[in-house]
Amino acid sequence: MALKIVKGSIDRMFDKNLQDLVRGIRNHKEDEAKYISTCIDEIKQELKQDNIAVKANAVCKLTYLQMLGYDVSWAAFNIVEVMSSSKFTYKRIGYLAASQCFHESTDVIMLTTNQIRKDLSSPNQYDTGVALTGLSCFVTPDLARDLANDIMTLMSHTKPYIRKKAVLIMYKVFLKYPESLRPAFPRLKEKLEDPDPGVQSAAVNVICELARRNPKNYLSLAPLFFKLMTSSTNNWVLIKIIKLFGALTPLEPRLGKKLIEPLTNLIHSTSAMSLLYECVNTVIAVLISLSSGMPNHSASIQLCVQKLRILIEDSDQNCEPSVNACMKYLGLLAMSKILKTHPKSVQSHKDLILQCLDDKDESIRLRALDLLYGMVSKKNLMEIVKKLMLHVDKAEGTTYRDELLTKIIDICSQSNYQYITNFEWYISILVELTRLEGTRHGHLIASQMLDVAIRVKAIRAFAVAQMATLLDNAHLLTGNTQRNGICEVLYAAAWICGEFSEHLENPLQTLEAMLRPKVATLPGHIQAVYVQNAAKLFATVLRSQEGNTDSTTAQETSQLMIDRLPLFVQSANLEVQERASCILQLVKYIQKLQQKDVEVAEEVSALFAGELNPVAPKAQKKVPVPEGLDLDAWINEPPSESESEDEKPKAIFTKEEPKHSRPRHTEVDEKELARRREARKQEQANNPFYIKASPSSQKVYQETPGVEHIPVVQIDLSVPLKVPGLPMSDQYVKLEEERRQKERAEKKKKEKKKRKEKRSGRGKKHDSGPESEEDITPAHMVDIVTEEMPENALPSDDDDKDPNDPHKALDIDLDNLVATSGRRPLADSEKLPVRSHRPTEAPKSPAEDGDTESAAPQEPKKKSSKEKKEKKKDKDKDRKKSKEEKKKKKHKHEEGGEDLLGGQPDEPVVQSEEPNEEVALPTSTSAEVSDLDFWLSNAPVPSNSQEAATVAAAAPIPQAASGAAPDSEPDEPKDTEVETKSSKHKKKKQKKEKEEKEKKKKKKHHHHHHHSDGGGEESVQNGTVEEEEPLPPMSNYCLLAENSYIKMMMEDADQVCDIQGNLQDGSQVVVSVIFENKCNSFLKSMEFNVLDSLNSKLQRPEGAGPHDGLTVPFQLPPGVSNEARFVFTVQSIVMPQKLKGTLTFIVKNEDSSTHEKLDFKLHFTCTSYLITTPCYSDAFAKLLESGDLKGSSVRLEGVNMPFHHLLARICFHHHFSVVERIDSCASMYSRSIQGHHVCLLVKTADQTVSIDAKCDEPSLLGNVLDEIKQTFSQC
Amino acid sequence: MIKAILIFNNHGKPRLIRFYQYFAEDLQQQIIRETFHLVSKRDDNVCNFLEGGSLIGGSDYKLIYRHYATLYFVFCVDSSESELGILDLIQVFVETLDKCFENVCELDLIFHMDKVHYILQEVVMGGMVLETNMNEIVAQVELQNRMEKSEGGLSAAPARAVSAVKNMNLPEIPRNINIGDINIKVPSLSPF
Repeated sequence: MALKIVKGSIDRMFDKNLQDLVRGIRNHKEDEAKYISTCIDEIKQELKQDNIAVKANAVCKLTYLQMLGYDVSWAAFNIVEVMSSSKFTYKRIGYLAASQCFHESTDVIMLTTNQIRKDLSSPNQYDTGVALTGLSCFVTPDLARDLANDIMTLMSHTKPYIRKKAVLIMYKVFLKYPESLRPAFPRLKEKLEDPDPGVQSAAVNVICELARRNPKNYLSLAPLFFKLMTSSTNNWVLIKIIKLFGALTPLEPRLGKKLIEPLTNLIHSTSAMSLLYECVNTVIAVLISLSSGMPNHSASIQLCVQKLRILIEDSDQNCEPSVNACMKYLGLLAMSKILKTHPKSVQSHKDLILQCLDDKDESIRLRALDLLYGMVSKKNLMEIVKKLMLHVDKAEGTTYRDELLTKIIDICSQSNYQYITNFEWYISILVELTRLEGTRHGHLIASQMLDVAIRVKAIRAFAVAQMATLLDNAHLLTGNTQRNGICEVLYAAAWICGEFSEHLENPLQTLEAMLRPKVATLPGHIQAVYVQNAAKLFATVLRSQEGNTDSTTAQETSQLMIDRLPLFVQSANLEVQERASCILQLVKYIQKLQQKDVEVAEEVSALFAGELNPVAPKAQKKVPVPEGLDLDAWINEPPSESESEDEKPKAIFTKEEPKHSRPRHTEVDEKELARRREARKQEQANNPFYIKASPSSQKVYQETPGVEHIPVVQIDLSVPLKVPGLPMSDQYVKLEEERRQKERAEKKKKEKKKRKEKRSGRGKKHDSGPESEEDITPAHMVDIVTEEMPENALPSDDDDKDPNDPHKALDIDLDNLVATSGRRPLADSEKLPVRSHRPTEAPKSPAEDGDTESAAPQEPKKKSSKEKKEKKKDKDKDRKKSKEEKKKKKHKHEEGGEDLLGGQPDEPVVQSEEPNEEVALPTSTSAEVSDLDFWLSNAPVPSNSQEAATVAAAAPIPQAASGAAPDSEPDEPKDTEVETKSSKHKKKKQKKEKEEKEKKKKKKHHHHHHHSDGGGEESVQNGTVEEEEPLPPMSNYCLLAENSYIKMMMEDADQVCDIQGNLQDGSQVVVSVIFENKCNSFLKSMEFNVLDSLNSKLQRPEGAGPHDGLTVPFQLPPGVSNEARFVFTVQSIVMPQKLKGTLTFIVKNEDSSTHEKLDFKLHFTCTSYLITTPCYSDAFAKLLESGDLKGSSVRLEGVNMPFHHLLARICFHHHFSVVERIDSCASMYSRSIQGHHVCLLVKTADQTVSIDAKCDEPSLLGNVLDEIKQTFSQC
Repeated sequence: MIKAILIFNNHGKPRLIRFYQYFAEDLQQQIIRETFHLVSKRDDNVCNFLEGGSLIGGSDYKLIYRHYATLYFVFCVDSSESELGILDLIQVFVETLDKCFENVCELDLIFHMDKVHYILQEVVMGGMVLETNMNEIVAQVELQNRMEKSEGGLSAAPARAVSAVKNMNLPEIPRNINIGDINIKVPSLSPF
C-alpha cells in the first residue's frame, strides 16, 4: 500500500499540470491536434489511477481542452469522482468541469444528487458555495425537484454569501421545477428585505427575472419594490427594479403616475449613466401607458428628450470613444420609443438625428434611420427623403446603402402612403433608386412601382410614361451583370406598361423596346412578363389603329411580333416558351385575319379586358368556413379494412395506414379536432417554409381607409404631368413648395370669402382632421384603391405565444401566497419534496412526496408519532365519509356553487384551480385589489409617497375584514347595513370553507393514506382545516362612534411596518375607518383629527401643524359608506393605548347646511401591533432554543368551541399564524412591527385552554395575553 | 439573463468560455468564431453593442463587449439586462482580474484559466449577476485561495520543481513576452 502511494507520487512528478499543457500546446503550433491527442491519452491514463490529486489534475486539463472545442463528456464519471473529493481544491475543480460540460442529457448527473446534497449542507461555506455555483449551470428537473427543499433552507443560512447564492439559484430551480415556485415564494419575497445588500440584490434579480415573463402575477409586489427603489443606493438593484417597473406599468397605469416623480428625481440626481438611462426608459414606458389624457406630463417628456439629447450629442472627453458611441446608440434607441407616442417632442430634434446619419458607426446610423421612419410627416417627407438620397449616393458599403434604400421605401410607403402628397415625386424617387449599382433590392422597388401604379389611379399616366422610358433604357440597367438585382424593376415596368397601355403615348415604340433581342438575357420570369405584356401592347396598338383606313401600321406591328417572338419560343424557360408560342400562333392568326381586312382589334383587346384589384394580405385566410363544411372530415370514406385486405398485395408500403385511419375517423369529436388543429399549428410554427401571418401586415389592412374616406381633390394643373426623360425628384420638392404656397394663398382667399358670406360650411370642407399638417393637400387625386377582402371576413384572433417557452410554466398566481394567512394555502401536493428517491421513482404520486416531506424538518418527532398518525388516519377516513354526505346536501342549497365545484379537476393542478379560487375567495381577492388600489391612489395618506409605500407593504393582511368594506353597496338600506355585510361575509366564508374541504376530499379519494402530514407547514391556517362546521363570521371592525348623521366603524387597526426602517423612524400603524352616512343629507368636508399623545402621533402631511385635522378624501351622499385609512406613528408598542379624536363635517341639505362634529376614541390594542408572519417549524424551533425569550402563560376556562375555531380566532383577531398543529395542540407565531417575536403554544383539554407564550418583550406579551383572554371571555 | 461570456484575443483564440445554456462543443466553437468575426471588424471607437445576432438567442439577445488591449470580453445578454449596466459589469470583472493577478495580462488568462473561472463564478452565477461589489468579490476569491493553499494546492512543490526542470529545454519561455496591461480605466462610468 505504502509502496503504491510512493509510486503514485513519483508518477505524479512527471504528470503535466495545466500550465505544462498550455505551454506544450503553444510550443506545438504546427501539430497542435496531434500533440493534444497524445495529451488526451496521458489524461486517460491519469484518470485510471486511484490518486484523487492526479485525477483532479487531469480533469483540470480536460476543462481547458473543452474550451478548445474537444468533447470531454467521456470523462463525466471521473468528473463526478473529483466532485466528491473531500478536499475543497479538488471539489472545486470537479464542479468547474461539471459546470462546463454537463447538461440535461448527461446520464451521470443522476449520480450526483446525494453528493450535491451533502455539499450543500457542508459546514464549510465554500463547499456549499461551489456546489451551488456548479448546480446553477447543470441543474436538471430531477435535481431541481430533489434539491429544492435543501436550497430553500439555505435561503435562510446564517452566511450572506450562501444566502445570496441560494436565492439566485432558485430561479434556475423554478425554471426546471415550476411546482417549487409557490412554496418558495414567501421566503423569496422575505429576502427582498434581507439586511445584506448582496442577498437583497439577488432576490430582486430573481423576482425581476420571473416578473419579466409574467408581470401580472407580480403587480402586488409593486409597493415593496417602490419602497426599495426609494431607499436602495445600489445602482445595480435600482436598475433592475426600474426595468421591472417598466414592465409593470403597462398593466397598471396608476402605478406609472406614482413612479413619475421619484424617477424624475433620480434622473436629476444620479451621476451613473446606466441608471439615468434606465430611468428615462421607464419614464418613457410610463408615458406610453398613460399616453391617453395625460397632458400635464409634457414636462417629463421634455426632460427625457432633453436628457437623451445630451446623451446623443455630448461626447465626454474623459470617456473612451466607444462608450460615447454606446450612449449615442442608446439615446437614439430610447428616442424611438418616445417617438411612438409623442412624435412631436422628438420631431423637434430632427437636426440631431439627421446629423447622426453621418456618424461613422453603422449601428448608430441604422438607429437614426429607424427614428426617421417615425418622424416623417406630410410636411417634411420630401426634405427627409432628399437627405437620405444624398446619403445613398455617398454610402460606400452596399449593406448600409441597401438599408438606406429599404428605409426610404419604408418611410414613404408607411401607413398606406399616408405622408405622400405628390406621387409623381415618389415615382421619380423610385426611378432614381433604380440607378443604384449592385443593390439586392430590385424586387422591393419593383413591388412599390406596381403597388403605386395599381392603387393610385391618378398617377397611372405618369407612371406608364416613366416605365416606358425605363424600358427604353433597359440596357442601362442590364448592361452590367453585377446589377442584375435591379433588373427586377423591368418586371414591374413591363407589366405597368402593358396593363395600363391605354395611357401610353407611343405604344408601338414601347412594344419595340420590349421585343429587343437583348431581353433574352433577362431572367425567365421577367421575360415571361415581357411576352405577356407585349401581347397587351399589341392589342392596344391594334385598337389605336382601329378605324384607320391605312392598315399598314397594324400589319407592321403584327409582323414585328411574328419576327421577334420566335426568339422567346426558343427560350429554355418553360413559362416564357409556352406563353411565346401561344401568342405567336395567336398573332399569326390575327395577321391572317388582317390580311382579309377583318376588324380584330375589339376581340384582341377583349383578351385582356377587366381591371385587376389588389387583394388584401391574408384575404384568403379570412374567408369564413361555410356552415356545414368540415375541413377535417374525410371527403371520401377512407378505404375500409376489408378493402385494404383486398388490395393487400398492392399496398405493401402503406399497410399500416388504413388500419389507423379507420378508428380515428369514427372517433373524431370536438376535442380531437381541437387537438389536431393545435398540432397543425405547432407544425406550422416549426416549419420554416410555412408562411406565417405577420401581425404588421394585418394592421396595415385594418388601417386602410375605404375609398370614400379619401379626400378627393382637384388635380392641380400647374404641375406638369409629363416629364420628358428620366425625372429628377428634386425638382418636385421645389414645385411642391410652390404648389403649397399657392394653395395656402387660395385657401386664405376662400376663407375670407366664406367669412364674408357667413356660411357654416367650415367643418365639411376638409374631413381630414386638425393640425397644420392637414393644410397640405395631396397634389393628386390620391385614389388609393383599397385592398379587397372576402365578404364577411372573420376578425383574426391570432394569439402567438410560444408554446415551448419554459416561462409559461411559471405563470403561477402568487398573490394569494404573499400574506400566507388564509389565502390559498399551499396544497399538500405543492410542497417541496424533501428526501430524494432514486430518479427512477420520479413519477411517484404527489401524496408520497408529501408524506416524506413533512418528515424531514421534524424527523425525530415523526418516528414517535407515526403509529398514532396511522390510527388517526383510519378514524378520520370514517368520519370523512359521513361528512361528505352532509356536505353534498349543503352544496345543493348554495346557488351557483355546485357547478363550480363540479367542474374542478381531479388533480389539484395549480393553474386550473384559479378560476374556482376567484369565485370562492372574493373576500381575499377584493382585499388584495383594494390594498393595491389603496396604495395606488395616494389620497388617503397625504404624506409623502414613501410612507404610502410602507403602508401597502403589509397590505394583504386584513383579508376578510377589509374585504368587507368595499363590498358595501351604496344603495343598501342604511339600517341593515351591518347585518347584510356580515351575512354576506358569512356566505363567502362558508363557500371558501367548502371549497377547501372539497379539495381535500378529492385528494383523499386519490391518495387515501395521505392525511395529517399537512400540519407540518402551512396547510393549517386560519380555520381552513378540514374540520366539520364552518367558522362563525369574524370581523375586526368595531363601532367607533355614531350619531344621527354618521356612523364610524374602526377596524382593529391593521398594522404595517417597515421592517428595515422601524428602528430609525419608529413604526407605523394604519387605521381603517368606514364612514357611513346615515342621514338623508349630503356629508362633505369631513375632517379627521386626533389628539396626539407622546407615544402616538397621527401622520399629517408635511407643513401641517400638529393639531391640524386630516381631510377625508371623499364626500358621502346619503346612505353611502366609504373607507379611509389613517397612518399613525407609534414609539412604544408594549402598552395598549387610547387616543381621543374628533370628526367634523358639513351636513348639506337642499336648502341649508350645518356644521357637525362627532367625538370618538381610538383604541390601539397590543395585538394591533402584531403582524401575521409565517414561520417555518425549523425556524420556530431555533427561535425557541435561542433562549432569548421570556415565558408567560394563561389559562382560559370554559371555552366551548372546537379547537380549530379557537385557533382561527387567535389567528384572525390577534394576527398569529399557525406554525404546526398536532391534534389538540398547536404552536403559533407572530411578530410585532418592531420585530419582537411572539410564540404561543396552545393546548386544549375539556373546555380548558392553556396558552404558554414566549416573547422577548414581557410587557408586550402580558398585554397580548390579556387581550386574547378578553376575546374569549366575550364569546 | 446572461447567456454566455466569451473572452478571446485579437486573433479569436478563446481564453475563457462560459455558456449558461447548453451548446455542444462544436457549436460553441462556431459561436466563438462568429462572434469574433462580428466583433473584430468593428472599430474601437464605435459602439459596444451588437444586435440581432443569430448565434445564441435570436432577436432578444444582444452582444455587449469591450476590447482591452489584446482581449475581447463579450457578454451575450437578453433584454432584461441593462446595456450600460453590463458594460460596467465587464469593467468590474476586468478590474477584479487586475487586482487578483496584479496587473493582469493575457498570459495570466492563458495559464490560469481555472482561476479566471473561479473569479467569474463570484461575479456571475448561472447567468445571473451575483455580486457587483469588487471588494466583496476579491475578498471571497482570496478566502477560497487561502483555503486551497492550506490544503496544499493542486500542484504541490515536487511537481512544480519537475515542471521547472522540464522547461529548461524549451526554446522559449512565453512568460517573458509582455503583452501589456489590459487595464483601461473608464472614469465616466461610475462603479457600483
